[in-house]
Amino acid sequence: MRKICLSVAGIFLTLFASFAQIGTAKDTTGYKSRKLTFEEANLVSSYYKQEGNNAAVTGGIGTQHLTDISNTIDVKFTKWDKKDRKNSFDFEVGIDHYTSASSDKVNPQTVSSASAADTRIFPSVTWTRENEQKGSTIGGGISASSEFDYFSLGANFSYAQKTKNKMGEFSGKLQAYIDRVGIILPVELRQNSGGGNDDDGDDFSYKPRNSFSGSFSYSQIMNERLQLMFIADIVHQQGFLSMPFYRVYFSNNTVHTETLPDSRTKIPLGIRASYFAGDKIILKAFYRYYKDNWGLAAHTIEMEAPVKLTPFLSVAPFYRYYTQTSIDYFKAYQVHTAADKYYSSNYDLSAFNSSFYGAGLRISPEKGVFGIKKLNMLELRYGHYSRSNGLTSNIVSMNLKFK
Amino acid sequence: MATNVKKVGAAVLVTAVAIASCTTVKEYQKNKLNDSEMVLGNRKIQKTESSFQSYREGASGANGGKTGGGCGCN
Repeated sequence: MRKICLSVAGIFLTLFASFAQIGTAKDTTGYKSRKLTFEEANLVSSYYKQEGNNAAVTGGIGTQHLTDISNTIDVKFTKWDKKDRKNSFDFEVGIDHYTSASSDKVNPQTVSSASAADTRIFPSVTWTRENEQKGSTIGGGISASSEFDYFSLGANFSYAQKTKNKMGEFSGKLQAYIDRVGIILPVELRQNSGGGNDDDGDDFSYKPRNSFSGSFSYSQIMNERLQLMFIADIVHQQGFLSMPFYRVYFSNNTVHTETLPDSRTKIPLGIRASYFAGDKIILKAFYRYYKDNWGLAAHTIEMEAPVKLTPFLSVAPFYRYYTQTSIDYFKAYQVHTAADKYYSSNYDLSAFNSSFYGAGLRISPEKGVFGIKKLNMLELRYGHYSRSNGLTSNIVSMNLKFK
Repeated sequence: MATNVKKVGAAVLVTAVAIASCTTVKEYQKNKLNDSEMVLGNRKIQKTESSFQSYREGASGANGGKTGGGCGCN
């Protein structure tokens, strides 16, 4: 883990040092550089820890202790072309490393199996071209994600168009993820003949999981202090949508692996609002309604109130409430029967509600954070999450922005 | 079904009236709207939060992030 963190820091510092060669002078004359110019770089690091007693790997009972360290670096460059359009290039790479007590139970016969910890690497590249005169922006991107038992390739295309008076903007984004899931079964369900699979180094087979989505939004400036955004997504997934190492215990005490339908359609609808109240307080709100064809419906309400203590320092307390119904195929430990076509004891898909609250601190001094001029902004954020079925977690994150 | 159609119709009507009643804001009047805290959507620091919520909850999407796929989450 230490090596990963040092590698990430090394890559970031190398990239950051290289920007100095490209030139970072802020344009104050209206001149638009035709050269590729460094815009900004962000390092986001998070530490997440959870506890609970409904692990899906062990059939809905057992520890859910999990820790995750995540680091993401993104670097943005811009270049104006001959037609006076602004081209932006965003390069991002992220690394997650987690340890999971329940994943270790995929094969409890080992002292500590390979699945007790894993590292996920996810690079992406995004390009956008903004035409200020026409008020339009087009873009595209590709991404990949790789972990021990999961591999994903993604692509997206986006288009945005401002209204004539520039008070509103419509945007649409199409995304596709072509994924494959490693079929690692719980150790007691593995067969010795053909297609053998385990989490300790032997080969295992893969099954496809593909996701296609359309995301549409319309944002509108209401007045000098208020703006709104309406969002509608439609998502269709098909392929192997279960997790192969999630156990399900039937009422007769036989053990099976989670079995779910091979397609799922989701429709989330959302609205966001930002309101500048007075001179120091901003009120932000988000509501989302979600429904899918597995029987799950959910409501999410989120509020955040950044308070500007000084022009360069703000504190932002936040609260998020979430509630969902169960999918049609969820039952607890030893409740499913052989009459069930689909079955899962994954409590993430059960009926529950959750609260998530905490606060963020944002520092953005004129002369740079800690007097380092290139360090434009430092943001820290802490959140505590608690679910009505007993799962709790804490997360602390940091964002360093270099300009 | 008829009740749902009425609810959606009412929401669309309220939204249309609200948007129609908005006032035109000139570029020089947008200093508050352009404040970095006013951004509509998740900020970069919320990336891992969105990620863990998509693992620990059945719903996802409509927040500018992932709506499914790309990871072993729902």
